[in-house]
Amino acid sequence: MATVLRCHPGIGPAVTGTALVAKDNFSARYDLDRKIGVFSRPNHALAGQSYNGMILVLDQAKGGVATAWMLHEMKVRGIVPLALVFNRVNPILAQGAAFGAVTMVDRFEGDVTDLIRTGDELRIEPAGGAVTILNR
Amino acid sequence: MRLTDEEQAMRAGEFGEPRRWAIEHQVTVGDFFDAADFVPVTHAHVMADTESLGEAGVSFLEGLAGAPEAERRVRVPTLTDPRGLDPAVYKRLGQSEAMREIEHKAIAAFRTLGVLMTDTCINYQTILPPTRGEHLAMGDTGVVIYSNSVFGARSNFEGGPSALAAGLTGRTPRYGYHLDENRRATRRFRLDTAPRDLSEWGALGGIVGRACGSYWEVPLIEGVGEAPGSDALKHFGAAVASYGSTALFHMPGVTAEDAEFAGPASEAVCIGRAEIDAFVESYGATGDKVDVVVFAAPQLSLIEVAAVADALAGRHVHAETTLLVTTSPEIKYAADRMGLTGRMEAAGAVVAAGICFYQSYAGELAEANGWKRLLTNSAKLVNIIGGYGYRPTLASLERCVASAVAGRVV
Repeated sequence: MATVLRCHPGIGPAVTGTALVAKDNFSARYDLDRKIGVFSRPNHALAGQSYNGMILVLDQAKGGVATAWMLHEMKVRGIVPLALVFNRVNPILAQGAAFGAVTMVDRFEGDVTDLIRTGDELRIEPAGGAVTILNR
Repeated sequence: MRLTDEEQAMRAGEFGEPRRWAIEHQVTVGDFFDAADFVPVTHAHVMADTESLGEAGVSFLEGLAGAPEAERRVRVPTLTDPRGLDPAVYKRLGQSEAMREIEHKAIAAFRTLGVLMTDTCINYQTILPPTRGEHLAMGDTGVVIYSNSVFGARSNFEGGPSALAAGLTGRTPRYGYHLDENRRATRRFRLDTAPRDLSEWGALGGIVGRACGSYWEVPLIEGVGEAPGSDALKHFGAAVASYGSTALFHMPGVTAEDAEFAGPASEAVCIGRAEIDAFVESYGATGDKVDVVVFAAPQLSLIEVAAVADALAGRHVHAETTLLVTTSPEIKYAADRMGLTGRMEAAGAVVAAGICFYQSYAGELAEANGWKRLLTNSAKLVNIIGGYGYRPTLASLERCVASAVAGRVV
């Protein structure tokens, strides 16, 4: 029992993990307390929740350029999402994923924040452009 | 991506490790965005404040800086965005020696790479304005949107690693706003009122940016009467980019390019006095104690610095409030020379060069100084700073200064 979602070929290694989904956007500078690994922006849909080791499933990348350095810094410190799954990213998130070797994919057929639910077990294969929902 | 012989040699390491890393990084990004090839850039602009870099990022820079000189020096002029700390004021702001030390290391590495330490996010006002059609690798969203829109130059958002890579290779992947087809308008807005000051131009930008909500949307704004001027377009663009992650706007009669639509022109979204007032009100806090008043994001032009100095004339900042003005090193020298810095400091203001507040350990600043309520005329800053634990309020320059003097939001 598994559902395969097709997307544009992405960045980073193949990974397996648990989804944390929200219909909201993402910027490492605007939204996160990177020291403790939680969403800190009060009006973010995931405010107060930990992102460490999770596969974040969100709508779009937003905001400034800092995320390009920050993903690398977060990866080196070991408090970082396992992977990023978006409807559409901006160049900054792609550059940050490339620099930090963080797994990231986008451009699905349909709204990925509807297709995936929080708690789903996912297998992400960026090279082949595929996300498999393992539990349903 | 199609690579030239030189690019293939770079990728094979024939020009040294820094350029091999740089082009490999760029190919990964270019492939992700289906870039066909590279485009040469005339200069690059690197965002690399030490809060974002962290120890890991500084170590990375030091690694590049350890290469032989011929291999490590940037190939095209490469500028820097604001830094994390101004050595002249860091103690007064409660920043630590550890922050100064990591800043020192980052600066040393950049200088070794041949990077010009301009430390500014208003390089288009102070260093070298771009020209129409010029391909760039700009590393600050406000710089990108201003360069693309007002001048008709061509840049994507280039994060620190990518802008540095562009400096090292002299090129960038040809995708996004380097291509004609992505520069056409996709959203239409009509302005039914005249923004009254820079904070309202920022509010307008926030409304447009929120509505766009994507890097890939290009707003067209009709109904702008008189040419707004550089500082208004700066605050407008910075807010569009901050709220929307948007990198290009068209304002017929004001901006550089003909505003064609990508498809059939959509119905215009009207933005009037009520919408701008509501946006400003959403950050309202009249009567609250003010901890810090910040003029930044983007750094202030000389004209803005003079306006703050004039507004402070004959007044003094409240003992329990900090008023911080940030500008570029070039403008700070000019403000020093013209006596503006002295006037502001005599009124109790802190005038910093080469920083832009939110890139300067804003969370640690809040903790060290007990800051919570922040007042600013920058819509971009009120959008960013909530994530650092501040309660931000947007107000005109005059209201910001009056509040700083009163110690509460007036």
